[in-house]
Order: sequence, then structure tokens, then C-alpha cells
Amino acid sequence: MLEARLTKKLWNFNLDVQLQVDNQILILLGPSGAGKTTILHLLAGLSKPNEGLIKINGRVLYSSGEKLNITPQSRNIGYLFQDYALFPHMTVMQNVIYGLTSKRCKQDGSALEPMELLNSFGVGHLIDRYPRQLSGGEKQRVALARALVVQPQLLLLDEPFSALDKNTKVSLRHEIKKLHKRWQIPFILVTHDEEDAQFLGDITVSLEKGQSRENLLNAISVN
Amino acid sequence: MSMHLTDWFPVILSLRVALISVVVITVLGIPLSRLMARREFYGKDIVEAAITLPLVLPPSVVGYGLLLLVGKNGLLGKALAGMGISLIFTWWAVILAATVVAFPLMYQSAKAAFQSVDLNFEKAARTLGAGELRIFLTVTLPLSWPGIVAGLVLSFARALGEFGATLMVAGNIPGQTQTIPTAIYFAVESGDKATASTLVAIITVFSFFVVFWVNRWSKKQNY
Repeated sequence: MLEARLTKKLWNFNLDVQLQVDNQILILLGPSGAGKTTILHLLAGLSKPNEGLIKINGRVLYSSGEKLNITPQSRNIGYLFQDYALFPHMTVMQNVIYGLTSKRCKQDGSALEPMELLNSFGVGHLIDRYPRQLSGGEKQRVALARALVVQPQLLLLDEPFSALDKNTKVSLRHEIKKLHKRWQIPFILVTHDEEDAQFLGDITVSLEKGQSRENLLNAISVN
Repeated sequence: MSMHLTDWFPVILSLRVALISVVVITVLGIPLSRLMARREFYGKDIVEAAITLPLVLPPSVVGYGLLLLVGKNGLLGKALAGMGISLIFTWWAVILAATVVAFPLMYQSAKAAFQSVDLNFEKAARTLGAGELRIFLTVTLPLSWPGIVAGLVLSFARALGEFGATLMVAGNIPGQTQTIPTAIYFAVESGDKATASTLVAIITVFSFFVVFWVNRWSKKQNY
């Protein structure tokens, strides 16, 4: 369960959102420049809100009231970047195990077996390849494995289909839906595509560009 | 052209000075350029201009500035003299001149290299739990490597060829501060064509192979 209240002054408008997600898929839908990626950055701790509260399963990650701001390293939030951000100088396997050597995983032993995970994504045969040798769909599967191998409590997906062709996109949509059933953690997925929202979203939040803080959060609908 | 050289001292001194300068430049230049590539602070432009100045000033001006600084009555020179150290007209002064003049080349290349690393790689590493030092050593530095090596080579070549500033602060004392470039100049002045052309041949061939090798190497480093 994720609860978040966030306000952030951006250069052209004020972002003001409230999110509450159980083990569901929440879609942030809106045109580019509406602040969707900013919300993911705020949740992951990659940038700092002006005010607000972020809580996952009862653990406070950020609170302006308590002056608490947990580093992104310790938030245990998975992040799938728009261009996947696979480290280009590392093989698929090196990419996937990168998060496993961090303190967090060593301490609580919560990590998964990387090979098993890669096999379950159907990319187990690619472990010695470099990212430049992968197709768009393969890159996405590897990036998902990298984000999930450390057992995050929340997965953020930034425009996960934008770099893919139509066919790959449709099949990966199905995969993400299945993945979500298997993982039982909240997913927050950013997209500008209403089809994505209809197919994947348990909850959809529409964001509009340049809206003032009062009516920025202008629609919450539950499918 | 005779390849007979009676005095190898300038060759050995030049190589030694260039190597030591490059080590100093690397140790100081990498952290500094990394800092300047990513931090914004008041007066940054002024600091940057000051760092780059020795690249565009005539070397004799740099040499004059160094004389003001470390000369017998210089700001630093007086303090050093109090400790019984005199830098001027020693081979330490040769190193100082080479380091100051070649530093901007390393700084510029390394800074451009750090700036060209996609920030998403570092952000991804952060969400995977990696601390800032680990990110720098395993992500930023390897991805900036070609630019840093280019800076290394350029500054090495510049240090090897330093003439004007060296002459002002270290003079041309055979067997003490005489480098290849100063030796060539004074060989020509005194009509010793054999020595001049041998030294010219050595430095030209050496520089050619360094640049040739680095160009080939950096072509292989693209991801």
C-alpha cells in the first residue's frame, strides 16, 4: 500500500497530487510536460518535493512535517526508466546483479535468484550480451528483471512502451499485467496512451499540463 | 640527419616531467572536473575561466605569473624560502610550469566526458541501492573513460612540449632543467644542428605514436 501527498513547484506550474494505491496498477495519464515523470522522481527520491508525505506499507519515506527524507538508495522502490537506462558497459547479467551487491540486499537477504528471474522473463539466454545487442523488448525485460531482483515494494514504470513497435507493445502490455498479478506490489505506470490506461489501469489519474494546483488532479476513476 | 645524441638528459627529464605532471593533473583534475560538471554555485563561471586561462594565455605570461607566485619574492616563494625551499630554476619548477599549462586540457576533456554521461544511468544505480562513490567508480567513470584518456594524452603531450613558461621559471640549465623543447631552441641558437634535429625527430615520432595509439584505442571504446 502506497500513500502519497506531494506538492512541487515546477517552472511553469505547481504540481499537487494525492495518490493511494493498494496492490494495484495506477496509471498516470497525460500529455508530455504534465509532470508525470516528476511524480515518479519524487516517489523514488530522485528529486525532492516542496511539501508532502510518502508512505509505503506504513514506512514513512518522506515527510516534510517530520523533516524526513529517505535516500533513493534506501527506499526500496523499483524504477523502470523510459529508455531503460541499462548500463551500456555491463552485460545483461552484470546489469541485473548490480543492485544485489548493495548493503540493503546483503542485510535482509531479500534478493531473488537472478538467473531464475531472467529465465522467467525469457531472456535467460542473453546474459552475456551487452545492451546494444538487445532488441527493444529484450531491453525492457532485462530492465524489469534488474528492477525486480532486489524485491522492491513498489514498481515505477516511466512510459514503458514508448520505445517499442506496435506488436511488441501489445505483448508486453500482457506481460506487465501478468507480472503484476505475480508480484503483488503496487505498480505506477506513466503513459500518454489511453489504450495502455484502459488495458492496464486499476486506477487512472489524468494530469493536464499547466493546471493550477487546485484542479491538476482532475479525474480519478476506478475501472 | 645524425641520430647521435651526446646528452640524453633533456629526453629523460622531459619524459619524467610529463609523467609526473600527468599524475598530478589526473589526481586533481578528475575530482575537480566531476564537481564542476554537476554542481552549480555562485561564481562558478569565474572559477572555470580561471582554470582555463593558462590554455589561452601566452606561456610566457603564465611563466611570469608563476614567477610572481613562487619567485624569490613571490607570495608563495617567500613562505617556501622560510622553510629553506627554493623552487625556482629547479626541476620542480619544470613540473610546476608543465602542470599549470597542461591542466586545462585534462579539465576540459574530463568535464565534457562527465557531462555526456546520461544522468539516468546514475539515477538507475541510485534506485538499485548503490552509494554515490560506487556509482562514480562503476558507472560514471567507466562511461567517461574515453574522454578522460583523451584528456590524459593531450595534457601529457602539452606537458612534454611546454617551452615558454618553463624557460621563465626553470631556465635552461643543462643537466638540471633543460627539457627537449628548451634544448632544441638553444641547440639551434648555437648552431648545433645535429642535436636539434635529433631531438626534433625523437619528440615528433614519440608524439605521433601516442596520438595514433590513443585514436585507435578510443575508437574501440564506443558503446
